Amino acid sequence: MPKDLTESHRRFLQEMMKCGIMDVSKCNSLYKKCCEIHKANYVPDKLDDFVNEINTPLQPMFMHIRCGMSEEDGQQYYALVNLADTEITRMATDYSDNELELFRKAMDFILDSDNGLASSTDILNLADTVQTKKMKKKDAEQVLQRLVQNKWLCEKNGEYSLSTRCIIEMEPYIRNVYQDSVCNICHNVAVQSQMCENPLCGIRMHFPCVARVFRGQPEPHCPACKDFWPHEIPELNISQSQLPAPSQPGPSNEKASRYGRPRR
Amino acid sequence: MSQKKRTSSQKSQAPSNRLSQVARNEAVDSDEEDVSLTEPSTSQVQQSLARLTVAQVDRKMAEVLQFILIKDQKKMPIKRADIVKHVLKEYKTIYSEILKRVDRTLGQVFGMKLVEIDTKNHTYVLINKLEPVELNITDMHTGSSKTGLLFVILAVIFMKGGIVKESIIWNMLKKLKVKCGEKHDDFGDVKKLITEEFVRQRYLEYARVPHTDPIEYEFRWGLRAEKELSKMKLLELVSELQEQDPRSWTTQWKEAEQAESSSRGSSQ
Repeated sequence: MPKDLTESHRRFLQEMMKCGIMDVSKCNSLYKKCCEIHKANYVPDKLDDFVNEINTPLQPMFMHIRCGMSEEDGQQYYALVNLADTEITRMATDYSDNELELFRKAMDFILDSDNGLASSTDILNLADTVQTKKMKKKDAEQVLQRLVQNKWLCEKNGEYSLSTRCIIEMEPYIRNVYQDSVCNICHNVAVQSQMCENPLCGIRMHFPCVARVFRGQPEPHCPACKDFWPHEIPELNISQSQLPAPSQPGPSNEKASRYGRPRR
Repeated sequence: MSQKKRTSSQKSQAPSNRLSQVARNEAVDSDEEDVSLTEPSTSQVQQSLARLTVAQVDRKMAEVLQFILIKDQKKMPIKRADIVKHVLKEYKTIYSEILKRVDRTLGQVFGMKLVEIDTKNHTYVLINKLEPVELNITDMHTGSSKTGLLFVILAVIFMKGGIVKESIIWNMLKKLKVKCGEKHDDFGDVKKLITEEFVRQRYLEYARVPHTDPIEYEFRWGLRAEKELSKMKLLELVSELQEQDPRSWTTQWKEAEQAESSSRGSSQ
């Protein structure tokens, strides 16, 4: 029998809806605060359970609060995602049909690329191929700005990548269509990653996962084929050093992959 | 590198068996409750419901709910005509049934309520059933400063008897370093914000004062403000700031009391 939601659950959900995405430490603070305000029993370290209690009645609404990792800093985030793929998705009201088409094209371009990036020129060129309605380059620039503002894309040095929110929301799609793009360490979808140069191996690892797995190793070798790992090892983020050992994926990652199975 | 098998916009699959079972039980219960005599007739509704599968009805309900939530993010009132045109389409005979379920879910899961603010045009707004609270953790969204500004304006209008000339509002705002015609750091074009955006969202009403030359305008509370804000709480806040007993404003106190009792009566 699913547990009835209380005011603390509803408050949490409302805040999640306003933000769209929140890192785990903020979520924990919010969880605590919601329990305090509504005089509910606060149990530390039970954020996952609390979120699952909310997810149960959300499922028939095709909504879900899903956990995922940022490819940038390796931090865990919770995002409110849409499970249904109809026109009535959250993005659809903010963006017109041709803007959505541009976004999908940009996303596919990024996913097809080796480095998970697209330059603004790349995306503006894509604007010419939009079929639903003609789009001028100037309009495409505006759409790009909004996409970054609404946290669907990230921009750094003129290059665009998929935001954490986008990856968490589109995870089933990415997993389904781009089946090779999975991190060897945490088993989540990998958009930006380092790849083993051995043509018989070719495993991928997220940058933060590389940092973790090669921590303190002066001569890193591919965990799968043992070839020398030629890429630059990124710096370990301070909060990452508190994460569990690289060999087990964390519990929240397992939950994420449960919903990542390709849809029929 | 990866096969680019483009699964073009596929419709989502029907909910699992377990969900259908739960929903079937729910459908039976709600049919028995449905004694409202709005058009179309109950039997017509039941006939339509019977023709559709439970999964289809559940699906439509989820879509209507999403539609409402999205419209509400922009604080735009939701028209019944839009819901029927964009979401329900051929399911429009069971509109009232679906709306009832949506309202129930909104309350139980989201802590919100659908309130009709225009019974002629069937326009709704989503009201938060939870009280506004200081939650500094998540104030990364810019809504909070606009809300503060709105609150100040609503307070002034209320304390001055419900109608205030536009010039009075600008004089008051000037003291807070918010000037008409100047671009403000947080609010941008303030005139546009208070005379257009807040009005569109139904927080304020902005109307011409008849027989004025040059044309003058006045502000009133909008329908959404009437439904969402507690006049009593507002009066208590103002009293605290002025360090006076709230009852010393007898007219406002009476009005606040009236608003309290009528809202208590209408909420379920």
